Amino acid sequence: MKTGDLIEAIAADAGAEPKRPAPALMLALGGSAVAAGALFFAALGPRPDIAAALGTMRFPFKFVVTLAFGLAAVALALRLARPGAAIGPAAGFLFGAAALLAVAVGFELATIPSNAWEPRLVGRNATLCLASIPLLSAPPLTLILAALGRGAPDRPAALGAAAGLLAGAVGATFYAAHCVDDSPLFVAVWYTLAVGLVTIAGAAIGSRVLKW
Amino acid sequence: MNDRERDWAFWMKSALAGDAGAYRRLLSELAPFLRAVVRGRAAAYGLGAADVEDVVQETLLAIHLKRGTWDDRQPVGPWVAAIARNKLIDALRRRGRRITVPIDDLSEILPAEEQEEEGLRPHEADRLLSVLKGRQHDVVRSISLEGAEIGETAKKFGMSEGAVRVALHRGLQTLSRAYRSFRE
Repeated sequence: MKTGDLIEAIAADAGAEPKRPAPALMLALGGSAVAAGALFFAALGPRPDIAAALGTMRFPFKFVVTLAFGLAAVALALRLARPGAAIGPAAGFLFGAAALLAVAVGFELATIPSNAWEPRLVGRNATLCLASIPLLSAPPLTLILAALGRGAPDRPAALGAAAGLLAGAVGATFYAAHCVDDSPLFVAVWYTLAVGLVTIAGAAIGSRVLKW
Repeated sequence: MNDRERDWAFWMKSALAGDAGAYRRLLSELAPFLRAVVRGRAAAYGLGAADVEDVVQETLLAIHLKRGTWDDRQPVGPWVAAIARNKLIDALRRRGRRITVPIDDLSEILPAEEQEEEGLRPHEADRLLSVLKGRQHDVVRSISLEGAEIGETAKKFGMSEGAVRVALHRGLQTLSRAYRSFRE
């Protein structure tokens, strides 16, 4: 087919709705909250002392961290879904979220006695954390990857990693409401490890399914 | 933003709103731009003129199917150049595989349909179209090669205009997939 003929056919299809990644991603996030929420209430549920915990500093801070990483992942994904887009400012969000957690860790180390470091870091249920976050993140990861199929990434694996980070942040946000380990030391180690696993899974799946 | 980018961005916005005339003007200007972008890089890898035109066509299809990824605050040129770069890399991978894998080993595995697709060469009018079947083939052929409007095409095949639009869109998706199938 001559290129000019192909252009005729493409131009005639101008009326087809352009598939934009951003609205699809927002819809997928809504679906992710519903799916992960349903799984959360069915399998875990909020911790019994959640009302009292909300009055503390450490418990609500877990949500600040997970939401900050989620926000950074949305910014990264929307950048990486576009061909040729620089990720510049989005990388700043990610750095900001990591810095937030690092400051909290520093604060924790400075304010509690050093013999309390290890018990807080080990926490009460690291295994549950490592298992629950990836499980709660699985339905969000599916929905988010499906939405980002509208993208045209230069690096499908990188977009997949952003999808994994976002799904992990959704899973971690719900898990945080169940988890009784509130120390930033615990969050920095176990939450990061669990979300990191989801991020790696996202990169691996994305490198296949996000090719275009 | 220079005059050219201003025109392109204006046409792109009109095209996204469904203006086929603006879209045709835009794509007609993008084709030589893409040819230059691809040719500049392809020479170093020993891609011939026919390969370059394949990449241009694959890029035009990708621009169309992925036009939702254009940020209307950004210029059109770098966005289409990035798409062309991606498609050129795909073409080089494809070509690398074609050379390194002896074709005898593939002849039993490849389904007959894919053999027909071998070498989507331009200027062989029906070659690319031959990957399309049934209504998709009729509709895309009528609109591209014969230059018919959607309305004429609908009348010719006794279809509704909506059905013609659906067949056209699906046909373009099939063409894009045909290019990608080389990679798998």
